[in-house]
Amino acid sequence: MTQPLVSVKDLSVQFTGNRKAQALSQVSFDLAPGEVLGLLGESGSGKSVTLRTLLRLHPERTTQVSGSVQVAGHDVLNLQGKALNHYRGGVASMVFQEPGLAFDPVYTIGQQMVEAILAHDGVDARTAQQQALQMLERVQIPQARRRLDAYPHELSGGMRQRAMIALALVCRPQLLLADEPTTALDATVQIQILLLLRELQKETGMSVIFVTHDIGAAVEVADRLAVMYAGRLVEMGDVAQVVQQPLHPYTRGLLASTVSAENRGQPLQAVPGSSPNLANLPAGCSFAPRCAHATAQCRREVPPTVLRGASALACWQPESEGQVW
Amino acid sequence: MTSSPVSDVLAVQDRGGPAQPLLVVKNLKKHFPVRGGLFEREPKFVHAVDGVSFSVAAGSTLGNVGESGCGKSTTARLIARLMPPDSGSLVFDGDGVAEYGGMALKEFRRNLQMVFQDSFASLNPRLTILETIAYGPQVHGMDAAIATQEGRALLARVGLEPDQFASRYPHELSGGQRQRVNIARALAFHPRLVILDEAVAALDKSVQAQVLNLLQELKAERQLTYVFISHDLHVVHYISDEVMVMYLGQVVERGPVERIYSDAAHPYTRALLLAVPSMDPAQRTQHSPLMGDPPNPINPPNGCRFRDRCSMAQDLCAASTPLLRAVGPYAEHIVACHMNDPMSGYRHATVKPSAAAALEATV
Repeated sequence: MTQPLVSVKDLSVQFTGNRKAQALSQVSFDLAPGEVLGLLGESGSGKSVTLRTLLRLHPERTTQVSGSVQVAGHDVLNLQGKALNHYRGGVASMVFQEPGLAFDPVYTIGQQMVEAILAHDGVDARTAQQQALQMLERVQIPQARRRLDAYPHELSGGMRQRAMIALALVCRPQLLLADEPTTALDATVQIQILLLLRELQKETGMSVIFVTHDIGAAVEVADRLAVMYAGRLVEMGDVAQVVQQPLHPYTRGLLASTVSAENRGQPLQAVPGSSPNLANLPAGCSFAPRCAHATAQCRREVPPTVLRGASALACWQPESEGQVW
Repeated sequence: MTSSPVSDVLAVQDRGGPAQPLLVVKNLKKHFPVRGGLFEREPKFVHAVDGVSFSVAAGSTLGNVGESGCGKSTTARLIARLMPPDSGSLVFDGDGVAEYGGMALKEFRRNLQMVFQDSFASLNPRLTILETIAYGPQVHGMDAAIATQEGRALLARVGLEPDQFASRYPHELSGGQRQRVNIARALAFHPRLVILDEAVAALDKSVQAQVLNLLQELKAERQLTYVFISHDLHVVHYISDEVMVMYLGQVVERGPVERIYSDAAHPYTRALLLAVPSMDPAQRTQHSPLMGDPPNPINPPNGCRFRDRCSMAQDLCAASTPLLRAVGPYAEHIVACHMNDPMSGYRHATVKPSAAAALEATV
């Protein structure tokens, strides 16, 4: 395997503000250059926290971070000042779920893009303007020249998300972090954005971490899938393997409870219960209270994440139901 | 109007029987005025719901799908009379609603309940969940002790242990639990029709499956009729008996769920179904079935409203508005598209082979 672009080791994040929570517990994964990793999980599973930590967006005063994060040779957790500013946007940048909230409403799309270009590249304003226009054209915004002077509220949801992607990519980052970029969009627009992301990824060769709770969206763009539960990475593997032969009971439950044409007319195989409280995690495997295969060991000890090449699994009972890891 | 005995104020019976439509909606319209600029002389309107007619058979589930802004939620709110329609009428189990000689609005609302998407915003933060559930029936004249007792039974039924949950406030519950409370509150009236407006959209997948199972069980137990509004085509496929597809305030296609999902007739329905992400990494979507966003519902295009996004559109589609008519021999399956109407003058021969093939591949 070539040198990974992103290398996360034993990353733990704890929020120590008014509401305490163990948001991430010992998450480790590598990402190769040009690879697309889908980060799948329900609300509170830590997928967005992982992304935000990669960009150092959490308030330092109320967040305790341990472990290490290396992105393209940068020690992300120890970046300061100018180096951090260069890293954000220049090496890694982010596309948010709500483009309506992520843009500044009082500046035009063009002004915001030009500002980013001027901050990162030593070019003059005219060139920056030119680059912004080219980028808008690349994300297939019709009448790009006019949209440059448009305010965020003048664009439709899908168009705003395209502009958001253009803004994220305008300084040619090596890593794109996409935090549920299509969740707020209609299905017909969602598929356009997914196809666009896939196309841009191929064109630029960047790596992408794509966070979603929608398995279908992840399958459309990702090479590898990582499934998170209650702040831990429980399973990781090739998309086809995870979707077709899931090993972790949680992944299996998630796939079984996904509504599709086959289970019409019969009850869904729902996972009982709900996700644990992050302020008060159970002692052993956090999925044990909901798991049909849980043993005394599962309730007592946290299962280690066993890495095998690009795959990973954290389960004491991986062979339940005849699945052999 | 007959007066009901005090002992069972909430008891209602199905009069029409199973074969009769429980709810008939006729030509429902709602146009919201938009404040124009200072010098704009003509007032503008958002055509949110523009002549929607349908019926829901007793004991069935009608799924209502469409993109955001197509009028699905406004239709639901108009039916529940959360806002007055500009025109249109409702017939509930044979009685006209809120009209002379028909059913009083208060009585209608007892028969119809609604569950909303935002489980938190639809609960009163200052009432415990048991108070919330027991409140409505008391307004309708039920004794407080009985209402509380029934409320506890309902909580148990939706899977929330009354001893543990009854005295909690909404913020002390998770999203899935709150949505169960909303369902229990709706059922406290013994309604016959429940409108579920994106009721499972905000829930995590594993919890969504639990709530869908609960809804199916309750429907069988209590002979409920559902109008299920959702943008999630998988969920609609799973739960519905009939599906109604809306586009820009109008119904474009409607039919039994198997017909819609296997042999959709409207190009828009086909595009919607194609836009669902593939679950097989070996068969990823290669082309987007529709370009652009849904158009602005202010000043919708004349003729067929879908025509400027439709790859099959011809001059005819701009010139005349297609009407809902049966697809071939299937009387239950109706569609508003000139391609379906042999008398419309649509020239099938001139359809570009590539466009036709792309659409054929979907079915």
